[in-house]
Amino acid sequence: MRCFATLLLAAAATIALPAMAQEISYATSQPLTLPHDTFFGYVTGVATNSKGHVFVYTRNGEPTITLGGSRAFAHGGSNLYEFAPDGKFIRQIGKQVYGFLAAQQVRVDKNDNIWVVDRYSSMVMKFDPQGRLAMLLGRKPESVDVPSSPDTGRGNPPGSGQQSDLFQSPTDVAWDAAGNIFVADGNGNARVAKFTRDGVFVKSWGSRGADNSQFKTVHGIAVDAAGNVYAADRGNNRIQVFDNDGNYKSSITSGGNPEAICISPGAHQYLFSSNSNPANDLDHGGEIYKLELNGTVVGKFGQAGKGPKDFGSVNAIDCRNPNSLYVAEAGNWRVTKVDLH
Amino acid sequence: MKHYLTAAAAVSLLLGTTSAYPQSAATAALTTPDLSYEAVPNFFQAPPGDYMGELQGVASNSKGHYFAYFRGPQTRLWEFGPDGKFIKEIGKGFYGFQFAHSVRVDRHDNIWTVDEGTNVVTKFDPTGTKVLMVIGHRPNLADGPYATPHGPNPPDEKYTLCRPTDVAWDQNDNIFISDGYCNNRVMKYSPEGKFLAENGSEKVGKGENEYNLPHGLQVDHQGNVYVADRGNNRYVVLDNNLKWKTAYTSFGTAWSDCISEGPHQYLFMSNSNPNGNGPGTWARTGQIYKAELDGTPLGKFGHAGKLAPGFQVVHMMDCRNPNQIIVGEIESWRMQKFVLKESDAAAKPAAKKAAKKGRK
Repeated sequence: MRCFATLLLAAAATIALPAMAQEISYATSQPLTLPHDTFFGYVTGVATNSKGHVFVYTRNGEPTITLGGSRAFAHGGSNLYEFAPDGKFIRQIGKQVYGFLAAQQVRVDKNDNIWVVDRYSSMVMKFDPQGRLAMLLGRKPESVDVPSSPDTGRGNPPGSGQQSDLFQSPTDVAWDAAGNIFVADGNGNARVAKFTRDGVFVKSWGSRGADNSQFKTVHGIAVDAAGNVYAADRGNNRIQVFDNDGNYKSSITSGGNPEAICISPGAHQYLFSSNSNPANDLDHGGEIYKLELNGTVVGKFGQAGKGPKDFGSVNAIDCRNPNSLYVAEAGNWRVTKVDLH
Repeated sequence: MKHYLTAAAAVSLLLGTTSAYPQSAATAALTTPDLSYEAVPNFFQAPPGDYMGELQGVASNSKGHYFAYFRGPQTRLWEFGPDGKFIKEIGKGFYGFQFAHSVRVDRHDNIWTVDEGTNVVTKFDPTGTKVLMVIGHRPNLADGPYATPHGPNPPDEKYTLCRPTDVAWDQNDNIFISDGYCNNRVMKYSPEGKFLAENGSEKVGKGENEYNLPHGLQVDHQGNVYVADRGNNRYVVLDNNLKWKTAYTSFGTAWSDCISEGPHQYLFMSNSNPNGNGPGTWARTGQIYKAELDGTPLGKFGHAGKLAPGFQVVHMMDCRNPNQIIVGEIESWRMQKFVLKESDAAAKPAAKKAAKKGRK
């Protein structure tokens, strides 16, 4: 039933596509090399730091469920890797960390701190550039239900708009110039949570729905240089734009049904939005839009598929260099570098 | 009430209980001559101190290397040299490995695994170090098991597999997948993994274009597809676009099939002895049949047994060379090599001998 609903959504997304977007020519490559006996699994996060290093957060191991006296406990299953600019493997970060369970996202802030978002532990973990834990947001649920029902069990129903510093399947994190933290929360809850740079919970906004300031899911988040917050409202086919305090400003509907978004740095900022295909549909969507911050379409590139120039359920875009992107392809279990011409 | 019955049927299917797939004797048994054969004892050697588990998949590449895909504490893929000596493990800890079902090698020596725990079919390069493609979708951890034993199968989807069982290719590298325990269908994908055709659905059936656990498949050089329709005791033949052609019904329970390479291709079929059935089942099951592609039986060999060279639930076969058969067995956790004596037995009408044996 769940899958059927996804199919319907995919069909809706296809119909909603703007038809006139210009094709951007592009080249792809897979420069990252892994050590022997290490493989990517479901790749959900990719990010670069200021030195061109590439960080990948992937579900590529077996989560372990251990049976306690009356409850089941889950740990492991996802890993964070760092690669040199030429793609060579450098190291693993956060091995055995308590909060790594189901990889969702990795982002690097302007000071090269590495932020990891885990969908199943519902935590946002900040590592310093040396790979030490610097700050933690949220708390991992103590135990899991088997069969799982991860989007419930935290008091209020998910998506009810509860003000809390606990998350429910968070998806992404971003910062403004002052270092305030914005968490996309996410798949379970449907809201944006704001924290100060020191992790003090300020407020959250949004609940499940289709009105302005409501979300189906918040599947990605980005902040522009002026401090405006862009929330990818996956399921409602729009990117909602808020001011820095969460006041609704506008909606961008020219970026498809956004699964992943990214705003490039620099004097002229661009907004990238991936109209990612769901895992069970390789025949529609999959293209990535390059937009002005006001939603004007610059162009689009790519399509769903498994070929070298196709995209499989893109879950993250890194756009530090707007002409040379990294995308995390959840459905194809790979990280692809995309050079735009 | 009706709903309850459906649910009960689904439960027994998903659990793979033997009552859902009663073992049947092959009607071809009495008329098919015995092939003389030799077992090569202890041909495959595990590394010292290590063990194979339930041997679900066996395959070989063009250089005579062998691959074993098995269920140990983790599901693992091992490569052996032409001399049977262990070479290396492939895909250690790989996210697509959870519960082995089949391994096959395509004509370019790429290694493909079919995993019914992750619902993923994976294409490795010939060295086994690089993943070239994944088909299907491993269910999100947070979503729980995709197929639960509490109801009818979820609706079939083009790109989501449900406990898939096997993979094969035609000469144009189109990909065919039997899918599986909780779908009942055959899929055709382009070499790039795009959906092209489907035969069957998520529903169990016994008519034409229906399946009851498609458990294995192979493709001949003309592009025809041979599906081991295990629960229906038949091998279904489809054309390259998955249009129904015919079914072979005289070879017992259709556990697994294999088509040899070379200008004259043969079809091998295993009427494997069952998991956990009652007394007497070994007397009427366990042989592997050799046939022409059109289903004409040529011979049979082997028997059920715990001790080598008996077969203990043959799960998959490798028959790249039609005179050298590798079998993977579930219950004895082993992979065995057999050499068939070419043609002498097949040429003799051995029906009497076979009949005598059949009465034992």
